[in-house]
Amino acid sequence: MELVSQRAKKIMEGCKERARDAGLRFQDDSLEYIVTNRDFLQLSPKNMIPTLYDYWVQDVEVMKEQGQYELYPNNPYETVINTRPPISFYNDNNPDWLNVMIFYHVIGHIDFFQNNLYFRHTWDYDFAGKALSDKRLIAKLRSQQGRWVDYVIEFARSIDNLVGYYDLLGSLAAGEKKLNRVDFYFDSFIQEKKDSSIASYVTEIEKYNQFIRDYQKDGTARFIDEIKSIHAEFEALYLKAVEKREKGTGKHDLLQFISENSVFLNRSDNKWMISVIEMVRTTSLYFQPQIRTKILNEGWASYWHETLFLQDDRISGNEVAFAAVNAKVTSLPKVGLNPYALGMRLFYYLEEQANMGRISYDYQRLADQNHRRKFDKTTGAGRDFIFDVRENFCDSMFVNTFIDQEFVDMHKLFVVDKRLNKERMVWQYYIKSKKAKHYKQMVAESLYHPPAVAVAVDTDNTLMLTHHFEKKPLFRDYIAGTLMGIEFLWGDQVTLVTHEPEPIEKKSDQPDQESVPPEIKWRRVKYTMKDKKLTRMLVD
Amino acid sequence: MKEKLHALYQFLKKEGLTPAQEKKIRYELTLLELGGGQSRIGRPMKRHLYSYNDLGMLHVTPPSKLVAHSSVQSLDYLLERDKQREQDGFPRKIRVGKMVKPSQDGDDKVIIIPTTVEEKLFHDKIRLDEEGEGDGDGDPGSGDGGTGDGEEGDIVGEEPVRPEQGGQGGAGQGEGGEHDVESNAYDLGRILTEQFELPNLKDKGKKRSLSKYTYDLTDTNRGFGQVLDKKATLRRILKTNIALGRVRPHEQVDPECLLISPNDRIYRILSKEKDYESQAVVFFVRDYSGSMGGKPTELIVNQHVLIYSWLTYQYKNQVETRFILHDTEAKEVDNFQVYYNSTVAGGTQVSSAYKLVNDIVVDESLATDNNIYVFHGTDGDDWDTKGDKAIPELEKMLGYASRVGITIAENGYGISGQTEVERYIKKSGLLEEKKDLLRMDVIAKDTDEARLIKGIRGLIS
Repeated sequence: MELVSQRAKKIMEGCKERARDAGLRFQDDSLEYIVTNRDFLQLSPKNMIPTLYDYWVQDVEVMKEQGQYELYPNNPYETVINTRPPISFYNDNNPDWLNVMIFYHVIGHIDFFQNNLYFRHTWDYDFAGKALSDKRLIAKLRSQQGRWVDYVIEFARSIDNLVGYYDLLGSLAAGEKKLNRVDFYFDSFIQEKKDSSIASYVTEIEKYNQFIRDYQKDGTARFIDEIKSIHAEFEALYLKAVEKREKGTGKHDLLQFISENSVFLNRSDNKWMISVIEMVRTTSLYFQPQIRTKILNEGWASYWHETLFLQDDRISGNEVAFAAVNAKVTSLPKVGLNPYALGMRLFYYLEEQANMGRISYDYQRLADQNHRRKFDKTTGAGRDFIFDVRENFCDSMFVNTFIDQEFVDMHKLFVVDKRLNKERMVWQYYIKSKKAKHYKQMVAESLYHPPAVAVAVDTDNTLMLTHHFEKKPLFRDYIAGTLMGIEFLWGDQVTLVTHEPEPIEKKSDQPDQESVPPEIKWRRVKYTMKDKKLTRMLVD
Repeated sequence: MKEKLHALYQFLKKEGLTPAQEKKIRYELTLLELGGGQSRIGRPMKRHLYSYNDLGMLHVTPPSKLVAHSSVQSLDYLLERDKQREQDGFPRKIRVGKMVKPSQDGDDKVIIIPTTVEEKLFHDKIRLDEEGEGDGDGDPGSGDGGTGDGEEGDIVGEEPVRPEQGGQGGAGQGEGGEHDVESNAYDLGRILTEQFELPNLKDKGKKRSLSKYTYDLTDTNRGFGQVLDKKATLRRILKTNIALGRVRPHEQVDPECLLISPNDRIYRILSKEKDYESQAVVFFVRDYSGSMGGKPTELIVNQHVLIYSWLTYQYKNQVETRFILHDTEAKEVDNFQVYYNSTVAGGTQVSSAYKLVNDIVVDESLATDNNIYVFHGTDGDDWDTKGDKAIPELEKMLGYASRVGITIAENGYGISGQTEVERYIKKSGLLEEKKDLLRMDVIAKDTDEARLIKGIRGLIS
């Protein structure tokens, strides 16, 4: 790996200026490296983070056969990583103009990383630095504990998709504003008193306002002093509330729960395992937003590389070559879901709609197709609107909010399915639906969605996991391996309750119609992992 | 060809066929008539949302096709650590991945790709019937995305149910050669034997002596030689001293007082050894009829690569291989490449292949000087439903072979455990009668590498 040449860097600085003028916001410095295919190969299992800890699975090809992505999507990697400064990678045999196009794409990603609220928890620190210190910690532990470090990494990673990412985001949002005494008094304290009434509440408000009027700046402090003299317990309760708020929602994900409550892990000779688990957990949390904003992030970057590249006067003459690469990246496939293409088109669509003032109640209320077609308030608010979307949305919200029939019709989108043609012995792919509702559902279905698992402990120290039922079974082959890891970390028996589908047997007098989908019923199943042996039991 | 098959079909029909058997034969005949090019509309390229990434999309030479094991320290190291896992009480995790033998010239190149999975709790699709997947699914929102002209119900692409070419190697084939962990069949055999604990051959039946001599420190000599054998020398000294009365029972022995005669020193001395090496001829026989398309073929050839590797190791490269393909007729092919990649749409007659093997053995009088192994892979279909012709040929074969291993990779059409070959072989009683010589392994369509290796253990032990 080496830095890009000074000449290329100069071109890239020019790109940054143009991007800033267009309204993108990102930090000044960035690092660009030229890498070989071999480097890419070694970086991709580490999600492109060169300083990520070493783990043997990164040396082995993880099975990626057809259909594998559907079941176990890996963390997506971009050609740029969300570090401070951001680091991007360029292939050593890319021509200059292509690197400029890629750099515009990269700027789109950087802007997204640094402004989208789903990345909020990654804003305060440099992950490359943290990863490096983690890597050193792992190396040190390996020299002391040998291969057992790798077992702990393996078992912690086997549940790292269950981290409480949304809990973390929630606690960040709550922690932003510090609770003050006046808010506490009015929002909780007097309302929770036994004899609270609207009248007394209004009296208190009036009292507070009177203090402000009488003493102006000193008013609040004097009011609180007064309160304290009346209610001796006020200060103690307030401090408790502040502490509670700072702790966050108080929800703990599985990794946290095990670290805190496992007797096995909290033995003095096993304490080191907790730091490994915490490292796996924070690493996973760091990558969570990336997989949840794939369509948005790629769409945003594609929107900007296209817009900015075409406006860039320095590289004129390469339009044809650009068009070829750009078409490869952003064309909608006949069958399949290309996040670059879908996201980019949605951004263009939204910009246009907002420019015409169509993202409004007035427009939605219109039923007359003719009026709808002619509706144009020329607000020019399109850019602002898409910047707002890039800041506040994630994939599932993006898809569910904005895919509508107009968009689906405009780009001739449809849902494809396959059926067996027995006469010709072929699978036929056919257009199943052209309705926005179904298209939206199809996209939503293919988004990353890890299972939600609740955790509790039984009286006999059994760790009880309950898989939240969402009409989706768990992938059975992996249950044994995962539970075995949890059992190791927990140090005692582990149970998992989940639902599994079962076909309802057709009655024999009905003709065997193959076109009728088999009906299913959901059975509650309990898996128990004890001494590395898995048992399955129906618990209807 | 077609006429011949139809004539055969008519003949069999006259002899009497069950409806299930007839259906199967008709299916193979239909496949033949459709030929390879029945797909008029192209097969759609399907990629999942998360399989798109910047590296593959933006850069000129996407490295996406390379496999990520260039940093593997060594296969032995990985397998060693996998073995360690077992000792630590955890199940193994490394699988020996796809093995292809694509080289046209050098014929014992095998590529080993270690693969693994990271097990987590993931959501799964509701899968009840694999073949019926997507068929008439009541949910209009399930499926894949798409774009283009057309109305609901229009066909946008077709894909044959069975891939036309059986056993394409997949990753590692051709591109990115430098990144592969290359190894030859001998090494793979060693890995299979050592790491996967495939048994060593009990009796290799040393039939042929080669005029080859090696020199080894195996003989002992008193007084002089190359290496002093300390243990034997000490024993000798004690004997001498007991004879001299210097060592008595129940008394402390003082080593300083022992007398040492020059003849007590025992040495190992270099000597000429005659080396015997055994030889083996292995027949790989494979059904390549229409019904074998796709998975069954892949399984069979994969298993045959493994068996071949194991024998190569066991016989220290002294293995001669013969490859035979059959549908209703059998033919011998030159190399593994052809054996691996051939498919044909036709019927199935197992007896033709067995007969060809027997003929080759008799014509070349292979049986006198060699250990003969025959491994036959099939999906279990046979138009000769009762094995009237196949069983006598098989009996003849068992007369000279050291081992006949039959693998039935079920194609998922019939009922499991009910294929013709399986039935008539079981019925013949040969499996019990000649159980030292004949083995059979039945595997399902979704068999993985570990099961294949286990199957081999059954076939060869």
